[in-house]
Amino acid sequence: MSRSASYRFAVNVTPKPGILDPQGRAVEGSLGHLGIEGVSGVRVGRRIELSVEANGEVEAQATVDRLARELLSNPLIEAYVVEPLGASSSRRSDEREHAG
Amino acid sequence: MTVRIGVVVFPGSNCDRDAMHALALAGAEPVELWHEQADLGGVAAVILPGGFAYGDYLRAGVIARFSPVMRAVAGFAAGGGLVLGICNGFQVLAEAGLVPGALLRNRDLRFVSRDVSIISERLDSPFTALAGERRPLRMPVAHGEGCYFADDATLDALERDGQVLFRYVDDAAAVAGPDEPANPNGSLRGIAGVTNAAGNVAGLMPHPERAAEAVLGSDDGMALIRSLVESARERAAVAAR
Repeated sequence: MSRSASYRFAVNVTPKPGILDPQGRAVEGSLGHLGIEGVSGVRVGRRIELSVEANGEVEAQATVDRLARELLSNPLIEAYVVEPLGASSSRRSDEREHAG
Repeated sequence: MTVRIGVVVFPGSNCDRDAMHALALAGAEPVELWHEQADLGGVAAVILPGGFAYGDYLRAGVIARFSPVMRAVAGFAAGGGLVLGICNGFQVLAEAGLVPGALLRNRDLRFVSRDVSIISERLDSPFTALAGERRPLRMPVAHGEGCYFADDATLDALERDGQVLFRYVDDAAAVAGPDEPANPNGSLRGIAGVTNAAGNVAGLMPHPERAAEAVLGSDDGMALIRSLVESARERAAVAAR
């Protein structure tokens, strides 16, 4: 099976609306110390970046969706958004980040 | 006949020895089950102990869920086998969907390590049958993500179906809601432990195995460990007939 290209994605995982987010609350509580006003609704999540080898972006996206649903997020408490970052070679992009 | 009870050891488990000690005190033969094992070696019940399986990376319990031993545990549970998840073991069961709900970051964001009181809502479960009367049981908690969460409809269903097994209570034995100090982590409706619908899989955040002898400050946890051992023994005896 030949896999034609490598696709880079980010998966953004956030607490679902209505789920208590004590981290977000703590961040919000600290804003006063910075003298910043008017910021609210802070929600803390996580972002996972990864590369997938696949025959086309549709196939790659399907793999990432499954990964996001079954492993990277807990659907009971978290929502996720898959963000395509384009076709790439995963190794090169890692190096770029480290070089930055 | 000595009943053999498995204790799963994940990389990062740290209460496996305590669980095995408590099982031995209750007259069982503890059997270590390594996380890479794909079969349970014929044990009569399984404990998923506390700790930080796989470093608690990503979310507590989620990586452990995909280990070979958990596939075996899921099959064992589906066949009616008794499974008790303690602390991190509860998180693994929740991530695996073997018990309902999820464990969120503690209300106060801190790791809590202290004694709590819990009350058994069911005295007819395999995990509480020897608990005697409905009284507060004293035992430690030690966790950073123990805030029990499920949506309101699920919580209502759990209460209706008798799946709430333990709740945190205050000194007056009154249930401690999410904002009360006797509730260590903000768990909704004071829930400290639940079972699956069939009642053969249970998880709780407090550590009964750390309250196994009076010298440890409490031996209340043995009520739960002895219940598990006796229930497993009865089931093994029935199966052997």
